[in-house]
Amino acid sequence: MPELLQFLFSGVTVGAVYALVALGFTIIYNASDVVNFAQGEFVMLGGMLTFVCQAAGLPLPLAALIAIAVTSAIGVAMNKLAIEPARGAPVVSLIIITIGASIFIRGGAQLLFGKQIHSFPAFSGDTPLRIGGATILPQSLWVIGGAVVVFVGLWLFFTRTLTGRAVLATSNNRLAAQLVGINTGFVMMLSFALSAGIGALAGVLVTPITLTAYDVGLAFALKGFAAAMLGGMGNPKGALAGGFLLGLIEALTAGYLSSQYKDAAAFVVILLVLFFMPQGLFGARTVDRV
Amino acid sequence: MTMKLTPKTATLLVLVALVVLSPVLFPSGYYYRVGALIFVNAIAVTGIVILTGYAGQISLGHAGFAGIGAYACALAPVHLGLHPSLALLLGASVSALLAFLVGRPILRLKGYYLGVATLGFGILISMVLNNERQLTGGPDGIEVPELGLRALLNDMGLDLTNGQFWYWFCGIAVILGAWLALNLHGSPTGRALRALHGSEVAARTVGIHVARMKLQAFVVSAVYASVSGSLLALQNKFITPDVAGFMHSIEMVTMAVLGGVGSVLGAVFGAAVLTLLPQVLTVFAEYEQLVLGLVMMLVMIFLPQGLLPSILRRVRGKDE
Amino acid sequence: MHKTLTTTALATLLALGATAASAEIRIGASLSATGPAAFLGDPEAKTLEMLVEQMNEAGGIDGEEIALTLYDDGGDPNKARTFATRLIEDDEVVAIIGGSTTGTSMSILSVAEDNEIPFISLAGAIDIIDPVKPFTFKTPHTDRMACQKIFEDMQKQGITTIGMISGTDGFGASMQAQCKAVVGEYGITVAADETYNPTDADMTTQLTKIRNTEGVQAVLNPGFGQGPSIVTRNYRQLAIDLPLYQSHGVASDGFIELAGADAAEGVRLPGTALLIADQLAADDPQKPVVDAYKAAFEEKTGTSVGTFGGYANDAFLILTDAIARAGSAEPQAIRDAIESTSGLAGTTGIYTMSADDHLGLDLSAFRMLQIKGGEWTVVE
Repeated sequence: MPELLQFLFSGVTVGAVYALVALGFTIIYNASDVVNFAQGEFVMLGGMLTFVCQAAGLPLPLAALIAIAVTSAIGVAMNKLAIEPARGAPVVSLIIITIGASIFIRGGAQLLFGKQIHSFPAFSGDTPLRIGGATILPQSLWVIGGAVVVFVGLWLFFTRTLTGRAVLATSNNRLAAQLVGINTGFVMMLSFALSAGIGALAGVLVTPITLTAYDVGLAFALKGFAAAMLGGMGNPKGALAGGFLLGLIEALTAGYLSSQYKDAAAFVVILLVLFFMPQGLFGARTVDRV
Repeated sequence: MTMKLTPKTATLLVLVALVVLSPVLFPSGYYYRVGALIFVNAIAVTGIVILTGYAGQISLGHAGFAGIGAYACALAPVHLGLHPSLALLLGASVSALLAFLVGRPILRLKGYYLGVATLGFGILISMVLNNERQLTGGPDGIEVPELGLRALLNDMGLDLTNGQFWYWFCGIAVILGAWLALNLHGSPTGRALRALHGSEVAARTVGIHVARMKLQAFVVSAVYASVSGSLLALQNKFITPDVAGFMHSIEMVTMAVLGGVGSVLGAVFGAAVLTLLPQVLTVFAEYEQLVLGLVMMLVMIFLPQGLLPSILRRVRGKDE
Repeated sequence: MHKTLTTTALATLLALGATAASAEIRIGASLSATGPAAFLGDPEAKTLEMLVEQMNEAGGIDGEEIALTLYDDGGDPNKARTFATRLIEDDEVVAIIGGSTTGTSMSILSVAEDNEIPFISLAGAIDIIDPVKPFTFKTPHTDRMACQKIFEDMQKQGITTIGMISGTDGFGASMQAQCKAVVGEYGITVAADETYNPTDADMTTQLTKIRNTEGVQAVLNPGFGQGPSIVTRNYRQLAIDLPLYQSHGVASDGFIELAGADAAEGVRLPGTALLIADQLAADDPQKPVVDAYKAAFEEKTGTSVGTFGGYANDAFLILTDAIARAGSAEPQAIRDAIESTSGLAGTTGIYTMSADDHLGLDLSAFRMLQIKGGEWTVVE
């Protein structure tokens, strides 16, 4: 039994990482129908910038705040310079633009920060907590907590605030949103700032566990994208569920079947879910527009 | 009386001229190698034109089929005793069969969901190639037997260097591939595909069997990717699972869209640009990635139709 | 008048060009300075650039400067093959160093062999030099030698049953296969064989499985990059009380820093003299070269030396030593001279090549190291 518990802890830790990345995808998608493949780079920037600031002598919380703020600004810049000018482009063009942005950010990070792997200390020490014969690191609790807090925050934002509803309205029908007086330009800016900020927060929380380097973004983006699609793109509930599900599938496959094919199991499940639920687990059912 | 060239003939003539005339400008054998690589990529990208340009479907996993084609050439001659050229055909058949099997459920998905499903499919194939070390050699790669055609030509008195041979061989293959794709474009199937690209619902109402058409495009494009992978493997005589990797899938799509996914010539142009770019960017050394990302974004933002159509429009002026 | 001036200027330029061309030795390199293998290729590239600079400042080889053309293949074998072709056909180099990974090395070597250009690989796999190919050499120990060194040490400890947790990257997978191939010769059995992806965030699942496997006495982790650091941390998190062996893939001070000195305490791995430069005996034949390289690299890059940069250092030493001894920069002459390299002290070991050994190292080049109090120590 402690064995199963350990697998679950591992799965939940990894799942929380995926969920945090997936949550970052949802806001931009909701506002603009763009899946931002540079989301993983935001996670990288969060971790790297925190490391750089901390190495420069700043206390960790301040370093993290600066990292999140700078990354948000980069997100806004990306929207302004790369996404806005390409409005209305087909999905495949947008995929290439965001992948181009991701390569660009990665290239810049490599120039500025070098290629070393970095880390910074865990927030609450490295002494593992023992529960029922299994162990979990305090930092894992931070990541899990972060994912839950971001989820609740987003859920409240989209359902309870006017701005959040404006984001959803913009996504559903941009023109109609403009007609009812929503400043869609502001909505877009806000959603990129938020997405990038959440990505950076994810980077800050996970770096003490996963370590960071200029090129970690792609792996985060792929897993986060997969998790978001599994749950249903655009729905924070889906992102959270998709992330944890993906982490648990991987851990349980590695634990009971084969660690070599744990990622394969994750993608097989995604394919199966999509075969039966083409919009993911919690995705909105849409009909073809003629 | 002037002969009016059909777009199909014009495209083929341009391609033939490019393949035949380019070597005049080659200062060294290295350029034959780059030329051959452009052609190999162009073949895969022609498949993407059929899938994305004609039928409007996305795939982020087509490198998986290239992987099947490549490893068929590495494994079939050793384990099944097939000649490498037959191994190429075997790879293409396996790819077609697999595309047929997974295409049916996958192609019901739309947009990003189709993207993630094809991505997952591609990753599964690359994972098998990585993990089944006993068979595939794992991430270290595996050697691929010699095609043997060059030696045959040598015996017949046609003495080509390795680079020259692959340049001409792949050049012929790319022209062949383009010819088939252009024929498809003009056929009833091609028209049906383009109709469903416009609107699936509208296509359905005029009696087009949408699911079957999409599946056909998917299978055909898989065969193109597979042949491209086989040619790469035979040319390099060594192959690693990178050929089936996510980045290779993205590369194919980017080449097609960057060049202009609506036409075969545009796609070939995109393949040429993106194959040459890393060779040119070596002068930027550390800045290479930065410039590559920038080029991808700028082209898509300012020339959303792709490079070639935009250039042509500029050349022709406003008479369109 | 005007015309004469131009002609003279042109003639001078041409003459200059001609002398410049004859007075330089062109060598090429294709390394994985970016991409998944940047962990290997980046220090290698920096090392080569630094050494060429140093050598030219000191007057080159017999007064001839060295011109290095370095390409970044990003770890992609297809690109590596193209760059190898470019180096030979277009840049007209007389020798190639590189191939940070086994895949890129295998791609380069077939081009080098076809064109009869000497090639020194920096990758681990034994397949590169076994069977021996006339123009291909390499400087790193093979993965198999690393495994043998580790198993020798385990044997001394009386360990007979182990668990393995390997990265699925090229480095980890290759070493995993080699270790499993030779483990039987040491009377050791692999009772648990787990893997992880290089980008994984948590390996406690695999480690729990290994811990719960009956009879496991030690754990071996072939891999490089951040994976082994996370494995080491998770190992302590689970409080696994068995000896942990890492591979030469993490033999650098950076590993202790990333895993944390507490977590890394007691970890053993086969390393090179480079890591224990300050502990080498004064008469150790490797001491001068190790000290020189360590000081220069750390001053230039501000990062600690590692095994991989050392491989590039040794390749450059072997190549320049061969060119000097050959007294010629003809590929064939260089090849012959490399093959007759004898007793050359590098950072990795002392190289003695022959017609049937294009590596020239034996197991003695590896030193079994253990981390104690955040420092590398030699296991007696």
